[in-house]
Amino acid sequence: MSEFIKEKTQLVFECETGNYHTFCPISCVSWLYQKIEDSFFLVIGTKTCGYFLQNALGVMIFAEPRYAMAELEESDISAQLNDYKELKRLCLQIQQDRNPSVIVWIGTCTTEIIKMDLEGMAPLLEAEIGIPIVVARANGLDYAFTQGEDTVLSAMAQKCPEVSQLELDNKKEESRLVLFGSLPNTVATQLSLELKRQGIDIAGWLPGQKYVDLPSLGENTYVCGIHPFLSRTATTLMRRKKCQLIVAPFPIGPDGTRAWIEKICETFGVIPEGLEAREAKIWEGLEDYLKYVRGKSVFFMGDNLLEISLARFLIKCGMIVYEIGIPYMDRRFQAAELELLEKTCKQLNVPLPRIVEKPDNYYQIQRIRELQPDLVITGMAHANPLEARGITTKWSVEFTFAQIHGFTNSREILELVTRPLRRNESLNSLTNFGEKLVKVS
Amino acid sequence: MKLAYWMYAGPAHLGTLRVASSFKNVHAIMHAPLGDDYFNVLRSMLERERDFTPVTASIVDRHVLARGSQEKVVENITRKDKEERPDLIVLTPTCTSSILQEDLQNFVNRASFESDSDVILADVNHYRVNEIQAADRTLEQIVRFYLEKAKRDPNFQIEKTTTPSANILGIFTLGFHNTHDCRELKRLLNDLGIQINEIVPEGCSVKNLKNLSKAWFNIVPYREIGLMTAVYLEKEFQMPYISITPMGVIDTACFIREISKILQNSVKPINLENSNVLQQQNSIVPNEIEENNPKNAFNFESYITQQTQYVSQAAWFSRSIDCQNLTGKKAVVFGDATHAASMTKILTREMGIHVVCAGTYCKHDADWFREQVVGFCDEVLITDDHTQVGEMISRLEPSAIFGTQMERHVGKRLDIPCGVISAPVHIQNFPLGYRPFLGYEGTNQIADLIYNSFTLGMEDHLLEIFNGHDTKEVTTKSLSTTNGLEWSKEALDELSRVPGFVRGKVQRNVEKFASTNKLSFITLETMYAAKEAVNA
Repeated sequence: MSEFIKEKTQLVFECETGNYHTFCPISCVSWLYQKIEDSFFLVIGTKTCGYFLQNALGVMIFAEPRYAMAELEESDISAQLNDYKELKRLCLQIQQDRNPSVIVWIGTCTTEIIKMDLEGMAPLLEAEIGIPIVVARANGLDYAFTQGEDTVLSAMAQKCPEVSQLELDNKKEESRLVLFGSLPNTVATQLSLELKRQGIDIAGWLPGQKYVDLPSLGENTYVCGIHPFLSRTATTLMRRKKCQLIVAPFPIGPDGTRAWIEKICETFGVIPEGLEAREAKIWEGLEDYLKYVRGKSVFFMGDNLLEISLARFLIKCGMIVYEIGIPYMDRRFQAAELELLEKTCKQLNVPLPRIVEKPDNYYQIQRIRELQPDLVITGMAHANPLEARGITTKWSVEFTFAQIHGFTNSREILELVTRPLRRNESLNSLTNFGEKLVKVS
Repeated sequence: MKLAYWMYAGPAHLGTLRVASSFKNVHAIMHAPLGDDYFNVLRSMLERERDFTPVTASIVDRHVLARGSQEKVVENITRKDKEERPDLIVLTPTCTSSILQEDLQNFVNRASFESDSDVILADVNHYRVNEIQAADRTLEQIVRFYLEKAKRDPNFQIEKTTTPSANILGIFTLGFHNTHDCRELKRLLNDLGIQINEIVPEGCSVKNLKNLSKAWFNIVPYREIGLMTAVYLEKEFQMPYISITPMGVIDTACFIREISKILQNSVKPINLENSNVLQQQNSIVPNEIEENNPKNAFNFESYITQQTQYVSQAAWFSRSIDCQNLTGKKAVVFGDATHAASMTKILTREMGIHVVCAGTYCKHDADWFREQVVGFCDEVLITDDHTQVGEMISRLEPSAIFGTQMERHVGKRLDIPCGVISAPVHIQNFPLGYRPFLGYEGTNQIADLIYNSFTLGMEDHLLEIFNGHDTKEVTTKSLSTTNGLEWSKEALDELSRVPGFVRGKVQRNVEKFASTNKLSFITLETMYAAKEAVNA
């Protein structure tokens, strides 16, 4: 047996070269501008960034989006123009055309290299034009794909108001819960209702639907993340805003959602009611999909940091996970999730998967060749070539854009995971791809 | 700084990558931060490529920023050399690496000692050229590199092929209908008895580049990419080239006549150089060459006539009564220089359509474009700002648009049909079926495209006349989304009685009238007043 599938007794973390394919973190503007309705995102970068946004985000560009590029030209790079004046000109134009409640500046690789002092300029310009400016350095030098949202939210967290004395007086001793992570509004409502059933009210979301209703934060505030990639935001909330972090597994899959709610309940001293039954009911409803995935193997190449949670859910569904590639692994922020992963593996008596940080796609493809997994979850750069080699793939970015959180959306994850498997089944007569494309019955 | 929402041409490194990955067994290594390798996504998605895109990144991260790339780039090059054994590795700078100002050439020199592959550094400046210019430049660079190398070989000599032959320069991955065009060109040349020497760069091995000089002449089908290479080959090897795009019936004929001219000129010197060439030619195509005058062999007039009359339906189509209905209809054309210029000429000369505005985003080639379309359109627009194009379209209100994906979206908003004739494009413009734009089959495809775009408008018109529609809903079609105007019920009813093909126009006129007169509520009276104002 290959050394890759050897049984391991504890989680093994490895780190490769970091030569892997993922999206640039500036892509977070695509979902954040839709989430925060009164915002405007200004990406300060080059043509390379702009072309990425327009191609990766496709049609959205035509709906007059609330985001734009501040395209740096040669004169900006060589400092012949004054950055402050240039940004002021563009921001005034945005103010006039769109009148947003906040302008988010997204710093890119170029602004990092030329050391454009965005954080320094923002407060000055903010005072001058009267619109809050949030600065997030979502660049490819430091971060991968979804971590872009992390940089934006952690910058936004610092703009959250302090909990007022009045609020403190009114609800003495009572602690409040603020959730962080951007979700489509319907999913956010679903999760809020889920907690409400246990008698827990949410004091606010970071981010909310509008920038103007950012939640207030303070020492009595508990915060809990809903995405695995929000470690910087968590750190900011704890260190800068003195909030208390609830480290829980993430509400992805019925098992994750239940563990998430339980952990929150535990913090607030609430004994959860009817959760077990609710989880069982959801699993029951998934049975038609589970029959496709049971016993099948899966390989995560890794590009969006959702990998640990998804792998944990898929193991619970009865799949065998060979490898979890992940761009960056914050073992403290994901501690509860990792624990649940280990527990799930033990419970189902399957070998622990290897976790590969900063993977090397070339080596991964060698391993995929050897292991021949039933499903590879990967980026678009590799999906078609792998399919052409007879390896079934699922495009990983879809997990970022689909609604996958909470009990209700567990089905959605399986819908995505089983789609290629179901496709294989319906194209049965087209097997032996390449050689005998059309089978004679 | 420039506030930008959308761009027609991509960044320079994309052009270089397109050239590199079009060649066979050439690997590109980008000196770029994480996430800049989205070229692989484009190629894998749009072209539905079955192979891994031969592009990897030598990642620029914090460490590189602090200490420089040091061994990293060299290691990545030698590693790729061992893993993939490419013939050539192209180190590609990106916008990020060009500000870092590392001595990439030095890395290339060092790496080429250690690797079996050839290694070159793509010579493009990110802040001065775009995707198209960079592709043109890189193609020339690679061709020059291999021909210079070949020339250093003492045994190198220019030996022309015995029968007439041509190179096709500028067929690319992610090019607009390039593979179909290439097939059509091959067919055309085959019909003329011209052998294809090399097709560069798509599917070409760099090892074959030394054979380029064997061809009698070069063909550059697209204005944007390949011209630099052709000019280099002309200067270095006295190879003539044809840069007429064989798009449309007339230009295809011009293209063929140009070939004939070149061949007639090249018969003589070849004859002197190598006296048995003619004899060989005689033995291969004896009945086509008259004994006294070998130049007659290259008279293709009868071929042009026959193709124009029977293979291409476009010439007949222009005479048919269908096309009569298109006479004087207004159209707007926008795209890259090649396609926009050819399309403008086709619409005006071959279909009798009135091109109110022709434009291109190839600003670097504006003079050539103007020269091409002068006399074929009312005005010329040279811009790479899509809002200007959108405004021009809404001002001119043509019956059809021929443009890029962006113009298609503008058309959707304004309810004007649009045929896509140029990059940038979406996946639906990489059709599986055979859809060339060049050559005689291309003329058929274009005629269909034009006719279908206008027909939609016509059908709408007829349906209105015979009361075919029962939808009386009016949607806002103005480009500015928030005009804050309200319509009264009566006014809306009235508007819905206006025939569909002018309804949008009427609505926009009324709204324009209302906003200039500071009216926020549109009543029947406002409508009539607007109508009077327009008539006056």
